[in-house]
Amino acid sequence: MLNKKSLAGLFSIALLTLSTNSSVMASTPEQQGLALSKQSKLVDTGWVDNRADMKMYLRNAHGQESLRELKIKTLELQDDGDKSLTTFKKPRDVKGTAFLSFSHAVDADDQWLYLPALKRVKRISSKNKSGPFMGSEFAFEDLSSFELEKYTYKYIGDELINGLDSYVIEQTPVDENSGYTRRVVWLDKQAYRTQKIDFYDRKNSLLKTLSYHGYQQYMGQFWRADKMNMVNHQNGKSTELLWKNYQFKTGLKDKDFNKNALKGAR
Amino acid sequence: MAFQWSSLSAVLLLTSVAMANEFEVSANVGFEGRYFFEQGAYAEQFSHMQSSVFAEAELYYDWNDGSDSLVFVPFYRLDNQDSQRTHADIRELSYVHVADNWELRLGIRKEFWGVTEFQHLVDVINQTDAVEDIDGEDKLGQPMINLSIVKDWGITDLYLLPGFRERSFAGKKGRLRGPLVVDTGSVSYESSAQQKHVDYALRWSHSLGDFDLGSYWFHGTNREPMLTVSSTSSTLTPYYQQMDQIGVDYQATLGSWLWKLEGLYRDTKLDDFFASQAGLEYTFVGFFDTFTDLGLLLEYAWDSRGQASESSTGANLQNDLFLGARIALNDAQSSELLLGLRADLEHNSQSLFIEANRRLADNYKIGLDIRLLQSSYQYDQVYYLNEDDHLQVSIERYF
Repeated sequence: MLNKKSLAGLFSIALLTLSTNSSVMASTPEQQGLALSKQSKLVDTGWVDNRADMKMYLRNAHGQESLRELKIKTLELQDDGDKSLTTFKKPRDVKGTAFLSFSHAVDADDQWLYLPALKRVKRISSKNKSGPFMGSEFAFEDLSSFELEKYTYKYIGDELINGLDSYVIEQTPVDENSGYTRRVVWLDKQAYRTQKIDFYDRKNSLLKTLSYHGYQQYMGQFWRADKMNMVNHQNGKSTELLWKNYQFKTGLKDKDFNKNALKGAR
Repeated sequence: MAFQWSSLSAVLLLTSVAMANEFEVSANVGFEGRYFFEQGAYAEQFSHMQSSVFAEAELYYDWNDGSDSLVFVPFYRLDNQDSQRTHADIRELSYVHVADNWELRLGIRKEFWGVTEFQHLVDVINQTDAVEDIDGEDKLGQPMINLSIVKDWGITDLYLLPGFRERSFAGKKGRLRGPLVVDTGSVSYESSAQQKHVDYALRWSHSLGDFDLGSYWFHGTNREPMLTVSSTSSTLTPYYQQMDQIGVDYQATLGSWLWKLEGLYRDTKLDDFFASQAGLEYTFVGFFDTFTDLGLLLEYAWDSRGQASESSTGANLQNDLFLGARIALNDAQSSELLLGLRADLEHNSQSLFIEANRRLADNYKIGLDIRLLQSSYQYDQVYYLNEDDHLQVSIERYF
């Protein structure tokens, strides 16, 4: 049974698709790239908040594996980057450590770390965008929310990927602290889902490839991948993210993202 | 068949209960070995080696989707040399209720205030568990009623602190102490209520853009005792005064720079003074084209009481400069190293410390600490620790 709300949602998506398609046809590769990326952001707007559990498997070239377990709460903001609260479950020596982030499109993010052994909340510098997140192949910037202002765009062409006809777009980071000269993103034409991203390092050599698997649709609208696999081509390491218990519109508010919430995070 | 169905529904019922409530147990146990390079300077001290084992557990239970929770954290250390270092403590035993714009926290808890790295000047709620380490970072659990109110203009915390915890000190055989042992059996207080004096504190903290601000007022028993030589001249006796203290902690986070300031004004019956710890930290991200971060730290400690002398007890950190380097490899083992150097700019007194640790497999952590202390100024407390340079190794297992 389709209710009024989801119908309205479908209708607005159809409208957006129409409007961007017309602009895609009539513009330069840069404008097309921007329009397509804008579209991918638009179809993923309006989820309000979400909660999810994440497992992260770090694997090195010798096949050794180690596990991280996290819990993430995110609040969507319309006029700014998202707010998120990440709680660490594993490895056990960092259990209870929590990370609060207010992301911004252009300005530096605001970030706080809670260290449970000392009960200390530390404001930390967010300059470290290119550094590895918990020793994984994901950099901090790979996990922060996608905001249009973070890149400039160029539409490269179409390609079939994972059996889906996709747009290929080059995105160049605006921030000089980014670890990348550019990323190449594959967005499927069906639902503007990211299927793959190639990351090029500061010397413009291929550094990493991120692939998305097992997309599920939530609330009849929002697509999330169950599995994301990041392969580093230069050091032979990889990191696999497995997402569980995705929940949307759970009633999270601003007050769930302050220092008290950080100290009490579980 | 009917039996199977009923057991299945029982399982489902239990599962749904488990989803609404969460019970978690975690623990860590560890071994720590210390080697002192020199013989003890004072008669009954042990010579070189000190070993201890410790354990800490956390039992956590919450209900109402986490709005109500209970936590219990017992701690125990068994030391083979110093009987005073063999001790148990309830680090936490508390109930927390979280509402929309306030939280109520009842019971034994730990609360940290401050921003600087080399001295925790304004951190005043909990008593220091000084037998654990000399860096002042280990704390004893403090009974409290804490109401925390969240407003647009910041977080206000009200504390009522019934019951005072006495500071722990190294025993007769222990190292890292002066020539006279502190007799924790003969403690005296300024307040007639003694240990039962109810302290209180009010704190406001807020984040405004790049700035994190905190200020507080504390009224109650000074956590730092005055140590006076007993009538028999064989021991030191702790005397706990009453104090009023105003403190501030500010941090500005500007790109790769962290600017930090802690300051306090303390008023007791015998004296009143100002003190501050201020400095900065700069981080080089991805140092030398690796994933290594290098943080450089500089801090300065000042105290209006000045240095200790024949006529005055003064302050230990009254005109001291701290330099530090923090190296984080950002590898899968979270390998980290912190190097710190302190130099008194008024008299000849320095210390150097190295703290390094990394994870081993998934559930172990190993650590190496080195501390070198030197002073030729006889009124300086570090002067008493001239023979106490040591190295410490630790291994912890997490469950």
